[in-house]
Amino acid sequence: MTDITQSTSPRTSVINDPRVRGVAYQVILVVVLAFLVYEATTNAIENLRRARIASGFDFLSTTAGFDVNQTLIPFSSSGGSTYGDAFIVGLLNTLLVAAIGIVLATILGFIVGVARLSSNWMVAKLAKVYVEAIRNVPLLLQLFIWYNAVLKALPNPRQSYEVGGGVFLNNRGLFAPQPLLEPGAGLVIGAVVVGLIGSFVFRAWARRRQEATGQQAPIGTVALALIVGLPLLVFLLTGRPIAFSYPELRGFNFAGGVQIFPEFVALLVGLSTYTAAFIAEIVRAGILAVSRGQTEAAHALGLREGPTLRLVIIPQAMRVIVPPLTSQYLNLTKNSSLAVAIGYPDLAQVFMGTVLNQTGQAVEVIAITMAVYLAISLITSLVMNLYNRRAAIVER
Amino acid sequence: MAITTEPVAYVRGTPIAEQPPPLLARGWVAWVRENLFSSVGNTILTLIALYIIYLVVPPAIRFFFLDAVWTGSDREACLAANVGREVGACWAYVDAKFSYFVYGSYPWDERWRVDIVFVLGAIGIAWLLWLDAPKRNLGALYFFVIFPVVAFILLRGWTAVGLERVDTSLWGGILVTLVVSIVGIVVSLPLGVLLALGRRSRLPLVRLASVIFIEVVRGVPLITVLFMANTMLPLFLPGNMSPDRLLRPLVGVALFASAYMAEVVRGGLQAIPKGQYEGAMSLGLGYWRMMRLIILPQALRIVIPGIVNTFIGLFKDTTLVSIVGIFDLIKTVEVTLVDPTWATPVTRLTGYAFAGLFYFICCYGMSRYSLAVERRLAAGQKR
Repeated sequence: MTDITQSTSPRTSVINDPRVRGVAYQVILVVVLAFLVYEATTNAIENLRRARIASGFDFLSTTAGFDVNQTLIPFSSSGGSTYGDAFIVGLLNTLLVAAIGIVLATILGFIVGVARLSSNWMVAKLAKVYVEAIRNVPLLLQLFIWYNAVLKALPNPRQSYEVGGGVFLNNRGLFAPQPLLEPGAGLVIGAVVVGLIGSFVFRAWARRRQEATGQQAPIGTVALALIVGLPLLVFLLTGRPIAFSYPELRGFNFAGGVQIFPEFVALLVGLSTYTAAFIAEIVRAGILAVSRGQTEAAHALGLREGPTLRLVIIPQAMRVIVPPLTSQYLNLTKNSSLAVAIGYPDLAQVFMGTVLNQTGQAVEVIAITMAVYLAISLITSLVMNLYNRRAAIVER
Repeated sequence: MAITTEPVAYVRGTPIAEQPPPLLARGWVAWVRENLFSSVGNTILTLIALYIIYLVVPPAIRFFFLDAVWTGSDREACLAANVGREVGACWAYVDAKFSYFVYGSYPWDERWRVDIVFVLGAIGIAWLLWLDAPKRNLGALYFFVIFPVVAFILLRGWTAVGLERVDTSLWGGILVTLVVSIVGIVVSLPLGVLLALGRRSRLPLVRLASVIFIEVVRGVPLITVLFMANTMLPLFLPGNMSPDRLLRPLVGVALFASAYMAEVVRGGLQAIPKGQYEGAMSLGLGYWRMMRLIILPQALRIVIPGIVNTFIGLFKDTTLVSIVGIFDLIKTVEVTLVDPTWATPVTRLTGYAFAGLFYFICCYGMSRYSLAVERRLAAGQKR
């Protein structure tokens, strides 16, 4: 009698069994990684002990011995601000430049992207030259040019350029009027909020009515009246409660008004123009991805240029645009760390630069910095994924 | 009534010569009318564009060419007071500092070694990028194995063969920029392929490790990675082993580029139809052979444009090593700016223009190449 059961379980060597191999590979990987981590940790502890550097996160509540020129929260070394406060200052500055940069880059990027597709030959070529010139030069070099060659080359405060409306530009930065809130200003700000909410409600109502009855409502005019007209009315009725403090030349520098530091301007301009070039290409690709048949069909239905663009082309283009746009926003945020090169006090410059130098606690400082950027990245991609799911095509 | 063939005074007997088309319907006038002034809005746009060109182009030409100073031995040549007119770019400064921009402080007598490395590198890159080149497998072996070893021996020196040792702190300029970017690509491509395979692996722990590495590295700015390599690498190594100053950012850049490369390669792996995997498996090929012989050759070929684009990004990102104190091109330019021999109001802009031109030529050339490859690859897909 031959053994029949043998044929059902193939006689392969254990070495060649893919499952055994898989487990073996993973065990090897884990062992190697664990060894590396163990080695790195023990070495780090040993090296830190030898260099007499403290470890742990206690340094965050130690008083910081330096000042920062641009702060969104009160911060001064004499006032007992800590390294933890310095961290917050840096983080807020990073978020500030990133938020404004994203808005500017999006606006400029969309304009340039549409211009690249313009039927006007000269406009299209101009946009192309802009995109190619900006994209192919390193951002760091562009920041140096903006900061050292453009802003630092501006005249001193005594000969500053007057932009108009009380705005002055010189090598100490941009000086602009500062709004001073007097009693009653709260009402004006409240009116703005009410106007915004009101116009959203009106738009939802108008859209629902249009779908039910086909009647259209003047959304644009009503929104303008609510957002601009209402606060203006309140402003006049409450007796103009907002005054401006204008910058004035006193001695060798300006006093009053609000000073925007050249480091901030350089970083903001550099980041927005650089990212805008990439956004322009994304926008162009997105619009080109919508087939011509869509435009023709929309025209055949009797839609004019404006509504065709607004109702047919852009919603479909946005599906293609949003995912790469998200990564450009993330790139801008990460690139804001180049502030370290021109001295804008962002997270990288204040925390990973100054605090690291003063405390020497490299492991903790760099781990915190990386964790912050990682968290910003993850949160942004989460939010954009949510939006993307809403905008994505609904398939059967 | 007979048909008369007699010539009539008012009928031409011979055809007249061809007339040129009306000027307004053909030729450049029509083109201008159609493309630049077809409507009121279009005309306004054209005028705005012309105004921008007027604002930018003439001053730029005047600065870089007409008012530029081409020869001179020190700052005196580029001062407006000495020249007697407004002074544009001081190209004499670039000319005087050119060898410093290329080699840094590399010893004069040993610079032929750098030149040889440049030539060898150019051969390797041309071999890889020219898609119809003979023996491209050999080219890959040359570029990824032989060239780095030879270049290292030549640049660093090896006293056993009579090459004097040159410390990396003397390297600088374009040499360092190229070293950082070539090391980045040579390390990141194989590592990126491994990470991409790991991310698509069936083995959960391998996949987890790859995903964590890729996502963490892609989520943080390069500058934090460089700081980490600079300050933490010496901490993690045992005792008094202090890695070379240039090696630290190299490790950082290489790891950083690997994560991005992995995502590019993963795109290629996903684009290969499932039938290719199944076909390979049904032929009895194991995992590694399937990847090496069937999948990767196809996947890598379709992601060549992506790889080149990643390399362009990497090339631009190498400028960041100047922040951690490595003498790349940007840093050498910055250093020469504080040199009192050439301190003039226009030196800074001239230096930046030179660096910008170098990066622009390299990056623009690579992006053109990647576009050409893309077009060529797309040609095969057309039916």
